[in-house]
Amino acid sequence: MAGLGMGAGLRLLRRIPPGFGGSRLQSTQEAQAVLPKTGTTTATAAPPKAQRSLEESKSFAVGMFLGRLNAEQVFPYPSVLTEEQEQTLRELVGPLSRFFEEVNNPFKNDALEKVEDETMKGLKELGAFGLQVPLEFGGLGLNNTQYARLVQIVGQHDLGVGITLGAHQSIGFKGLLLYGTPPQKEKYLPRLATGEWVAAFCLTEPGSGSDAASIRTRATPSPCGSFWTLDGEKIWISNGGLAELFTVFAQTPVRDERSGESRERITAFLVERGFGGVTHGPSEKKLGIRASNTTSLHFDSVRVPAQNVLGGLGGGFKVAMNILNNGRFGMAAAMAGTMRGLLQAAVAHASTRTQFGAKIHKFGAIQEKLARMALLHYVTESMAFMISANMDRGDPDFQIEAAISKIFGSEAAWAVADECIQIMGGMGFMQEQGVERVLRDLRIFRIFEGTNDILRLFVALQGFQGLGAQLRGVQAALRDPLGNVGVLTGEVTRRLRRKAGLGSGLSLQHLVHPELKDGAQQTQQCLELFATTAEALLLKHGKRIVEEQFALKRVADAAIDVYAMAVVLSRPTSASWPRCGRSRTETSGTFGTCRGPWWRAGGWWCPPRWDSDSKNTPKHPKIPQKYPKTTLKHPKNHPGLPTAETPQNTPKTSLKHPKTPPGLLTTKTPQNTPKYPKNHPKIPQKPPWDSDSRNTPKHPKIPQKPP
Amino acid sequence: MAALRVLVGVKRVIDFAVKVRVAPGGAAVQTQGVKHSLNPFCEIALEEAVRLREAGAATEVVVATLGTKASQETLRTALAMGADRAVLAELAEGAAAGPREVAVALAALARRLQPQLVLLGKQAIDDDCNQTGQILAAILDWPQGTFASRVSLEPGAVQVQREVDGGLETLRLRLPAVLTADLRLNEPRYATLPNIMKAKKKPLEVVPAADLGVPAGPPRLRLLQLQEPPPRAGGEKVESVESLLGKLRHAGRI
Repeated sequence: MAGLGMGAGLRLLRRIPPGFGGSRLQSTQEAQAVLPKTGTTTATAAPPKAQRSLEESKSFAVGMFLGRLNAEQVFPYPSVLTEEQEQTLRELVGPLSRFFEEVNNPFKNDALEKVEDETMKGLKELGAFGLQVPLEFGGLGLNNTQYARLVQIVGQHDLGVGITLGAHQSIGFKGLLLYGTPPQKEKYLPRLATGEWVAAFCLTEPGSGSDAASIRTRATPSPCGSFWTLDGEKIWISNGGLAELFTVFAQTPVRDERSGESRERITAFLVERGFGGVTHGPSEKKLGIRASNTTSLHFDSVRVPAQNVLGGLGGGFKVAMNILNNGRFGMAAAMAGTMRGLLQAAVAHASTRTQFGAKIHKFGAIQEKLARMALLHYVTESMAFMISANMDRGDPDFQIEAAISKIFGSEAAWAVADECIQIMGGMGFMQEQGVERVLRDLRIFRIFEGTNDILRLFVALQGFQGLGAQLRGVQAALRDPLGNVGVLTGEVTRRLRRKAGLGSGLSLQHLVHPELKDGAQQTQQCLELFATTAEALLLKHGKRIVEEQFALKRVADAAIDVYAMAVVLSRPTSASWPRCGRSRTETSGTFGTCRGPWWRAGGWWCPPRWDSDSKNTPKHPKIPQKYPKTTLKHPKNHPGLPTAETPQNTPKTSLKHPKTPPGLLTTKTPQNTPKYPKNHPKIPQKPPWDSDSRNTPKHPKIPQKPP
Repeated sequence: MAALRVLVGVKRVIDFAVKVRVAPGGAAVQTQGVKHSLNPFCEIALEEAVRLREAGAATEVVVATLGTKASQETLRTALAMGADRAVLAELAEGAAAGPREVAVALAALARRLQPQLVLLGKQAIDDDCNQTGQILAAILDWPQGTFASRVSLEPGAVQVQREVDGGLETLRLRLPAVLTADLRLNEPRYATLPNIMKAKKKPLEVVPAADLGVPAGPPRLRLLQLQEPPPRAGGEKVESVESLLGKLRHAGRI
């Protein structure tokens, strides 16, 4: 199985660094470009630089946490293919589809638990093993968007073959493409492109799955420095039995230049089977993707030449992160393709099966299923191509979005396969139709390349890192309020506006087509709710947020929902998709996608829970007491809601100003750290972000004390 | 071996897997937005030409077609399958391109390029004319070997095995000759993705059809009406030959 890489989130759990968030996470962002770092450790920039670059990040997801609308990467829907590239792509789609329709037999592959020899040979001749290898090395030199389109075709027909190809080029030798030196590339890429040599990615060990940093395979340098001796064991390696070239991750002793002491750091190596000492175990028997060869690997004193170090000594973790990050969009694309195939099967069945005197697609229950399947497919496809286009354009920050697309795609595909079998009824359960095989194949996609659970933690924590950096800026300003009035006023204004339901000035209306304005409004509200909640959570927990996995998971789910909403607003709006012009189906799909999360977020009860006219709004001398009329009408006469008149009915609330707002100060601060400055003329009476429930207006129908 | 050029004529047709529909108006087939591809018989002819070149019997394979700008895509596919260069005789949209026009264009190209062999598919799957090869041979006054199921080149001649109604017929034709390919001649290769990329660099020449003497007048054949066949009525099984004959007589069929 492909190695698991999102140990980033877990690294935070194991070693909480002094500043908020991890400088280690930051290194992944800075390493998007292909700069070979030779001989240096992963010494990364100090937190202040991290804070700056995260704040400058154009990523939509990062902006979400900061309460900003970073629309650049999402609106308009990016379209990066030149006419020539599009023409090429169209020419490639035909032969590849034909091959999979006519030559590849997924049933046979699944039954034999390997890809048939003829098919394998045909795939190699077809050139499917070197799609992204540059032309000068014998590959097709496709960019990410073109690759995503072809992977979509593979995913539609046979996921077992998809994994064989993906483990080879999407992760197996991706490290070589991203970090390889010219001699390394010249030596290995030509044979890899034709499929003469197959590659594999070796990270996972019996004791190290999600916790990738804890691998035990070791490489010891030789005294002369010309080779390394590699010892260790890897399990569940896709293509383990077929591969000739392995990207192996091992612990190596690394000398810290400054302190002179030796530490263990992960390094990536290019290991040829021909070096000797490399053996593989029998092919694992699996639930799904049986055609893919999965074995354990043993390295017994394998001599690896020093020039086969990949990405520099000690750079292995970063290499692993980036390889997996770079390959994630491919997975979403494959999932989109699989869902397309499943939809076709479901529709074919529903439109031919007659029960109760009618074709079953006439019945609402079936229509609902088909509609939901189409929705999930549309969102996944839109995400996949948006991210691949972002990467092709050179946008540096896409890791959170890539993780989101992987989570969404794998879970959506599972749901779609499940519903497809349901629509097909008993037929779906039979092996002959092939859908049961697809369901079995899909199960692993929620597990490998970063389990969805780990990726959720990553999405939440990476986002919080940016937010934490921003709040640290505020905190620093608070230590010197006189010198930072601008910062504080700005921050306070922003929060007050948000609290007042005015919105932070975020608006999507001008970015989307008028037909989609409802969805845009729902997305706006969700964005604001999300930012407010994220901030409140972070202030409540501070550094300990890394341990609050219940909250983190929910934050990640919300982030995924909001990103999906944004993506699905962007695609139909964009005029650069003439073939997929705004259709009623797409508009309804947008509606469907936006409404669910909006409802879940409580957006229907808007403006936010704290009433915009309430006397509880803190009075700031510089902010006008009466806010301009908002278009968001508070549903005044709803029985279950607090109304504007409520304050009269309630006993006077004692707004006790808490001495220290929870979470603002760290537990390790010294005694003379300034507390929240209560009596400063320019600071409001109490922190506007106090999420403490004492300030929630009291509703007559809600008991003050729980029974 | 002396330079032996092979000219292959191809046609862009609606893909064989597409369910064809009658366009509104009833006088044409719906072609807008429908998937088109290289005619299967032309593919077989092209494959044979490429095999001849790979075997060393031929030195160059030129593929040509008469069609609109969209046919360039088809020529690219042909280049990806192994042709060396391509020529498009470009027609305006909606202009007639029946077997006679195609034969005239190919004849002009043949006089220009001086091939020793012209290979065509026996018929196109959209109109099923089975005329172009024959008309071309007549215009050029070259020998023709149609419905070829085996081709082998000899010095100055070509031996052709033809599939005819009565069986198989083998002919020896003096070069230059026109051959049309039948189904069992060979099995065309899949265009590999690297070859598709390489095909982009191969030369593709565009020549206006009028330059080749293609008559510009109205088509000599006018399609009056197209209609879909009546939907299949149910069949019936009978127990014996007598009852079968009885039923046929009753239905007025015999």
